Amino acid sequence: MSGLLERRRRQPADPRAARSARSEREAVPVVLTDLYSPLSRKVLVRVIGYGLLALGTILYLGPFLVQIATSFKTDADAVTNPVSLWPSPVSTAAWAVVAGENPAYSIPVFRWLGNSFLVTISVTLGRLIIDSLAGYALARLRFRGRAVVFAGVVAVLAVPGVVLLIPKFLVLNQLGMFDSYAGMILPLFCDAVGILLMKTAFEAVPAELDEAARIDGAGVFRTFWSVILPLVRPALVTVTILSFQGSWNEFTHFLVATSDPDLATMNLGIARLTAGDLQGSQQFPLKLALATLSTIPIAIVYVFFSRYFLRSGNATGLK
Amino acid sequence: MTATVTRDTPAGRTRPVRRRPVSGYRLQERRAGWLFVAPAVIVLVVFLFAPIVMAAWVSLLDWNGQSSPFSGEAEFVGLSNYQSLLADAGLLRGDFMLSVRNTLYYVLFNVTGVVVLSFVLALAVNSYVLRGRSFFRTVFYFPAITSSVAISVLFLFLFQGSGVVNVVLSWVGIDGPTWFTDPRGVLHIVLGWAGVDAAPGALADTTVGGLSLWNWLSGPSVAMCALIALTIWASSGTFMLFFLVGLQDIPVELEEAAAIDGASAWQRFRHLTLLLMRRSIVLVITLALISSWQVFDQVFILSQGAPAKTTLTPAYISYVRSFGDGQFGVGAAVAFVLFAIIIVLTLVQRWVGRERRA
Repeated sequence: MSGLLERRRRQPADPRAARSARSEREAVPVVLTDLYSPLSRKVLVRVIGYGLLALGTILYLGPFLVQIATSFKTDADAVTNPVSLWPSPVSTAAWAVVAGENPAYSIPVFRWLGNSFLVTISVTLGRLIIDSLAGYALARLRFRGRAVVFAGVVAVLAVPGVVLLIPKFLVLNQLGMFDSYAGMILPLFCDAVGILLMKTAFEAVPAELDEAARIDGAGVFRTFWSVILPLVRPALVTVTILSFQGSWNEFTHFLVATSDPDLATMNLGIARLTAGDLQGSQQFPLKLALATLSTIPIAIVYVFFSRYFLRSGNATGLK
Repeated sequence: MTATVTRDTPAGRTRPVRRRPVSGYRLQERRAGWLFVAPAVIVLVVFLFAPIVMAAWVSLLDWNGQSSPFSGEAEFVGLSNYQSLLADAGLLRGDFMLSVRNTLYYVLFNVTGVVVLSFVLALAVNSYVLRGRSFFRTVFYFPAITSSVAISVLFLFLFQGSGVVNVVLSWVGIDGPTWFTDPRGVLHIVLGWAGVDAAPGALADTTVGGLSLWNWLSGPSVAMCALIALTIWASSGTFMLFFLVGLQDIPVELEEAAAIDGASAWQRFRHLTLLLMRRSIVLVITLALISSWQVFDQVFILSQGAPAKTTLTPAYISYVRSFGDGQFGVGAAVAFVLFAIIIVLTLVQRWVGRERRA
C-alpha cells in the first residue's frame, strides 16, 4: 500500500498512471487530494490535512491525558492547575482510596468492579448463544412464522432505549426481579443488532455446506454447531466485543433495575458518587481515577480489537 | 435456561425416514427453527414488548409504584396524565415545555455540529495523501467506545468555572463562563450585546404551551452548550464511520471523469461527493436526531436539569417524576410522548429517503 502511495507521489501529473494505481480501489480520496492539480496546491492540501488531524488528535485524546494526569494530582493542584499534564506534587492519594488503602475513606470499588465483570460476562455469553441460534434460524431454517419473528427483531431496532426506562422497571418489579442479578442481566439479552449481525454472517456461508452436512447425516443442531458456527467466527468476535462494550458501559438499565448499593456496577457507583455534586470542585482526582479505572478494560479491548470496532458500524445492517 | 433449549434439539432429533429424507429433515428443521429462535423471542417479548404494553397501561393510572399496577389499587385516570403534560396549565406542563425547548435547541446544535464535524473527520481519514489514516480513525473513534458516565465525569472537570476549557479560552483572551451554573440562553446573550436586554412586549405576552415566545427563543443555555459539546465530541467518531462507509462506496470512475472534464476539487466536492453522500447524510442526521431526543445519562450526572431547568430533558423528567416523586403514571406518559416524537422523526426520515431514491 505504501508502495502505491510512492508511485502516486512520483508521477502526479500522469493521469494514466494514476488511473491504473487507483483502479486497485481501496480508500477513495475525495476532497483533500487532487491528482490533477499543481504540486504546490497538493503540498498545501497536505499541510492543511495534517494540521486538521493534529488538532483533532489533541481534541480527542487530550481530555483523556488530562484525566489520567489529574488522577495523580492533589485536590488543590487539580483545582489550581487543571491543564497541566505534570502533577506537582505527584500524589497517589486518589488511587490509594480506589485501592482501598485509605482507612478513612472507603469506596466499594472492588464490589463495583466485580459486579461489572459478572454482569458483562454473563450478558456477553448469553447474547452469543441467543444471537447465534436466532441468527442461524432466521438465515437458514425454514419454519412457519419466520417472517414474523424477523419483522419483530427489526421492529426492536426502532424502539428508542430511553423510552424503556420506566417500562423495564415495571416489568422487573412485577416479576419480582427488581434488585437482583437476574434483573440486571436478563433484560440485556435483548440484542436485535447482534441477531441481525449473526443472520448476515450465516447468510454469507454457502448453503451447500448445510446440505453436505445433512447428507452426511448430521441433524440441524449438529450442522449448526460443528459445521456452520466455526465459519462465522469473525461475527462471533464482533458480537462478543459489542456486548462487552455495551454492557460494561450500560448505565440507565442498572439505574432503574437496582437500588441496593451492593449491586452497583462501576458506572452506577461513579454516577451516584458524582451526581448532585454540582459545585464539583471536590475530589476530582478521585473521581477521575475511578473514571480512568472504568475505562481501562474497554481501552484494552479496543487496542487489541479496534478493527472489529471500526467495522461494526457497517455490519449492523443499519445502513 | 438457554443451554437446555439448545441441547433439546439433538435429543429430539427425528431420524430421517430413508425413503423421504427431505421431508423428514424439513420437519426437524421446522421444530428446530422455533427452538432456535425461542430464547430470543422470549427475551424480546418479556423484556421489550411486554414492558411497552405495561407502560401504556400505567400511563393511564395514578400509580405510585408500590403495589401491583394490575391489582386495582391504583386509580384509573384515563388520559389525564397526558392532559396535565400537554394541555393543563401547571408545573408539569411548564416543566415539559421547558424540556421540549431545551431539547429542540440541543438537537439543533448537536445534530448540526456532529454532522459537520464527523463529515470533516471522515474526509480527513479517507484522504490518501495523508499517512497514518488508520491511526487517526482509531483515535477519533476512541471517545465513542468509552462510557457516557466516565465521559460525563471528565467533562464536569473540564468545564468547571476555573477548569481546563476556561483556562484554554483565557489564553486567547476570552473570559469563559461558569458553564454548569450559567442558565442564560445563548440567543438572549447575543441579543443583550445588541442592546435587547428585556423581552419586547409582543414576545413576552404571547405564550405557546404556557411558555412565552421570549423564553422559547432563548437558545440553549450556557450549561446546555457544555452538554452539546460533550455529545458532539463523544458521538462524532461513530458518525465518522458511517460517512467513511459512504465515501468508500463512491465509484472512482465518476470522480475521475469529473476531474478529466476539468472540475476543480471544490466543484467535485460540491456537485459530486455531497450529491452521492446524500443518503449517508440523511442517515446520520436521522440517527443523531433520534439519539439527541433521548439524552439522559449526561443530564443525570452533570446537571440534573439545573441551572434554572435549562438542561431539563423529557427523558430526565420521565425518570425524576417516576423514581423521585413516585408518579409512575406521569413518567410513563412522558415516555410515550417521547416515543411518539421519535417515531414521527423516523417516519419523516423514511419519507425523505424515499424522495431521494425516486
